[in-house]
Amino acid sequence: MKAVSNTRIVVVGNGMVGYKFCEKLLSKKKDGQDFTITVFGEEPRAAYDRVHLSEFFAGKTADDLSMAGIDWYAENGIRLFLSDPVVDIDREEKLVRSHHGHIVYYDYLVMATGSGAFVPSIPGVEKDGVFVYRTIEDLELIQSYAKKARRGAVIGGGLLGLEAAKALLDLGLEEAHVVEFAPRLMPRQIDDAGSRMLQSQLESLGLHIHLSKSTQEIKGDDCIEGMQFADNTFLEVDMLVISAGIRPRDEVAKIAGLETHPRGGIVVNNQLQTSDPFIFAIGECALAHHMIYGLIAPGYEMADVVATMLTGGEKEFLPYDMSTKLKLIGTDVASFGDPFVEEPACRTIRYENKAKGIYKRINVSTDGKTLLGGILVGEAEQYNMLLQTCKNKTILPPDSEDLILGSRGGEEAGAGVMSLPDDALICSCEAVTKGMICHEVGENGHQTVDALKKCCKAGTGCGGCIPMVKDLITGVLKEKGVYVRNVVCEHFDYSRQELMDLVKMNGLKTYGAVLDHHGKGDGCEICKPVVASVLASLWNENILEKDRAVVQDSNDRYLANIQKGGTYSVVPRIPGGEITPEKLIVIGQVAQKYGLYTKITGGQRIDLFGAHLGDLPDIWEELIDAGFESGHAYGKSLRTVKSCVGSTWCRFGVQDSVSFAIEVEDRYKGLRSPHKLKSAVSGCVRECAEAQSKDFGIIATDKGWNLFVCGNGGAKPQHAQLLASDVDKETCLRLIDRFLMFYIKTADPLTRTATWLNKMEGGMNYLKAVVVDDVLGIAEELERDMQNLIDVYKCEWREVVESPELRKRFTHFVNTPIKDPSITFAEMREQKKATEWA
Amino acid sequence: METITDTINAVTWHMACYVDDIPEDGGGCAFISGKQIAIFNFSRRGEWYATDNQCPHRQQMAISRGMIGSQGEEPKVACPFHKKTFSLQTGQCLNDDEYRINTFPVMVKENRVYIGL
Ligand SMILES: Cc1cc2nc3c(=O)[nH]c(=O)nc-3n(C[C@H](O)[C@H](O)[C@H](O)COP(=O)(O)OP(=O)(O)OC[C@H]3O[C@@H](n4cnc5c(N)ncnc54)[C@H](O)[C@@H]3O)c2cc1C
Ligand code: SF4
Ligand code: SF4
Ligand code: FES
Repeated sequence: MKAVSNTRIVVVGNGMVGYKFCEKLLSKKKDGQDFTITVFGEEPRAAYDRVHLSEFFAGKTADDLSMAGIDWYAENGIRLFLSDPVVDIDREEKLVRSHHGHIVYYDYLVMATGSGAFVPSIPGVEKDGVFVYRTIEDLELIQSYAKKARRGAVIGGGLLGLEAAKALLDLGLEEAHVVEFAPRLMPRQIDDAGSRMLQSQLESLGLHIHLSKSTQEIKGDDCIEGMQFADNTFLEVDMLVISAGIRPRDEVAKIAGLETHPRGGIVVNNQLQTSDPFIFAIGECALAHHMIYGLIAPGYEMADVVATMLTGGEKEFLPYDMSTKLKLIGTDVASFGDPFVEEPACRTIRYENKAKGIYKRINVSTDGKTLLGGILVGEAEQYNMLLQTCKNKTILPPDSEDLILGSRGGEEAGAGVMSLPDDALICSCEAVTKGMICHEVGENGHQTVDALKKCCKAGTGCGGCIPMVKDLITGVLKEKGVYVRNVVCEHFDYSRQELMDLVKMNGLKTYGAVLDHHGKGDGCEICKPVVASVLASLWNENILEKDRAVVQDSNDRYLANIQKGGTYSVVPRIPGGEITPEKLIVIGQVAQKYGLYTKITGGQRIDLFGAHLGDLPDIWEELIDAGFESGHAYGKSLRTVKSCVGSTWCRFGVQDSVSFAIEVEDRYKGLRSPHKLKSAVSGCVRECAEAQSKDFGIIATDKGWNLFVCGNGGAKPQHAQLLASDVDKETCLRLIDRFLMFYIKTADPLTRTATWLNKMEGGMNYLKAVVVDDVLGIAEELERDMQNLIDVYKCEWREVVESPELRKRFTHFVNTPIKDPSITFAEMREQKKATEWA
Repeated sequence: METITDTINAVTWHMACYVDDIPEDGGGCAFISGKQIAIFNFSRRGEWYATDNQCPHRQQMAISRGMIGSQGEEPKVACPFHKKTFSLQTGQCLNDDEYRINTFPVMVKENRVYIGL
């Protein structure tokens, strides 16, 4: 197909694929070619990332999800009409008419109208409280309705339905139900055994799952009140999301007389032309190779095919792999290739671990040479590798079960991906091959994921390939003989541990001195806080003195946590969570006086939010006068030592956990470390203080104390492991001294103890050998270093309050005492809250 | 507030603060004709810079509280909220093409810092 100069192109639909088409057309445009592009979109917003739609509930805004701002269209000369669907195509005249009456002529028309949610005709679907899950508007409606709902259900146990159900849970509904017509979940992607495993995993997350249920009627007056099923059972719900499949948007095409399929979809050939050769259809509205491709990667490929042809190239749309890796539903699920082939057409290897909720299945060709497909539930780390092995028909090793069990030979990370052929597709959304990535890394020096995203777009689609991209970077660098080390940043060619040794040896105490001696350039937001933390961990001098204030991270810079809107929060230390009524009153009075929002934290203390920068020193002055100290909630340092009430009051307690917690907290307060540190002490094995989720946790026994280390709550929970049992207090503290100091000296920046341990060669056994058995002979030094830090501890807020020089920095403006006039608050439950992100 | 009008270059210099109001290798914010301006004393390079105080990412008034540094030769500042970094010379966001902030000329004279608006 030859493109005439100045070709008029009209795109109907501004979804992900319609947008991608515009982007590809512009980038493929050759000299002498000229396009006038007009885009009609039915939604009020320009194209956004529908694949990550659910992240809207996790705080992403419409802006974050947007594929490109309105400006992008203007800058590239694209006319964009939003909230203005095309209602009519006149194929004789070659023009389209929009809802608002715009008439635009085309040389080529591209239909990218996507799909809508398929809503089965159940009586009652029109009631309030019944939703679909497709657009940002849908999610906004769901979000606001969920505020007054307690029980929700989703019809449809497929990929999208489960995602929606998880979202209901995350929105805070007490009950979330999934109602599926088929006898198993995700019937199109995974087999029976996989579905069962998935079901038990989801149930443990709190979802209620109902299989083989057909909904007969949606009951309620105006609003939904419940669902009546064909088997005469009834489920009370306040809201319902329907996710029963998709329905291609082919209505306009149909009216225009284009060939459509009886079950929906605009029929296209291998060039993606509809029955009218001047009209193309791409994305989820197109029926190619007798099917609708309901995934983003094939949609982008279609966009590429049409853009290539319109710019004079040649390309066909071939049947596309429909492998899926699910995200967001709280457990990993993936299927690839042909997941369902059965013996004797193949050899099937299954692995099942009920305790861990893992099910894996691979289908290998009867000659054992190639991988045909498979299913992964509960753990999908090998997904990318398996998918590549399957797609590229790589010859399998003799022990093909290693593919899902993991090689037991301790192969190095990165070696696997490097064995793929150069044309292996790594990022299928953007069609980037292994060869292209290796070239960018090796020849063009793009050695970070961000750099690769910019230069070849790898990883910018669904993001599923990013782990592989990282492995490729490491692989290429290793092949080139580059020793891959975690250096701090472009200004310091050292790891944190190396830098710490150098700073200590040379007795350096300011950032400037460290940069002059061991770095280059002018520093940046990465190395400054790292050096600041190293200096604090070595010398424990006030972090705001000398040149150190301006190298502290946002929170440390003002000894308070910066919050949405630019105000700060204040957390006084309340060791062990024990507080006198008098002190409680002072906190209340301070909060009242400065208009602060108060909340009990997860660490048994009280957080005061909404303080103006200029008020911080006055607030602290009052708190310090009443006997409080800094709680270091802003620092990468010891946070709290939580405690249960222990033997003083509790009838089960075997030791006084509160007293010990206070002692521990007082000992390590102010200690700066690579990341924050949390601790807890429980008075008996019932573990009410949750010590096993902490960086170091202590649990009372009849004979003394058990010490656990390297646990973690947060985003990636991990149980702490036992370091020593039945030790007395002194021994316990000595071991903690060693453990913490060893961590501070050897961990990479911003690495919690749990991750530090996970990366440590030899793991827990090695850690024990160093800390308890002192195989390295450094125990004494570690204890001494810790004692030095403890000896020089001072409350840094007291120092600020008492120093006019330091106090002076706590103002929003340097030339007027007024407060930041842009700060505003909203009201909620008789307190204030930060206004939402603009 | 003291101002100097420079008709040749069509800027008005507003006296913003004194040199030692801005920490070395750090920033501060001045309120000038109703506008919040971030001022940086990049003493390591012997340079001064001024930009918008508002970050275009989430409209937070915080650029002046960010850390400054360099990327290659380019002087930059990182917003303390989500670490978008901006060139102090051009205002272009260096880790997200979509954003940009305004930059303003700075003049230091007799221990006073002037911003040209
Ligand atoms: C919650 C959710 C999660 C998903 N997760 C994944 C995933 O993990 N992986 C994956 O690969 N895919 C996923 N998908 C599917 C993926 O989002 C779609 O395949 C993709 O968005 C299809 O793009 P499209 O441009 O063809 O259609 P759409 O994104 O639907 O865009 C079509 C646009 O055209 C508009 N339109 C329709 N008719 C007209 C008209 N007459 N005039 C003007 N405009 C019109 C529509 O309003 C819409 O804005 C998910 C989808 C959802 C809803
Ligand atoms: S952990 Fe034991 S001592 Fe502490 S509160 Fe619970 S039951 Fe009581
Ligand atoms: S307090 Fe922690 S868990 Fe809660 S919103 Fe903030 S970062 Fe997330
Ligand atoms: S507000 Fe500045 S980076 Fe987000």
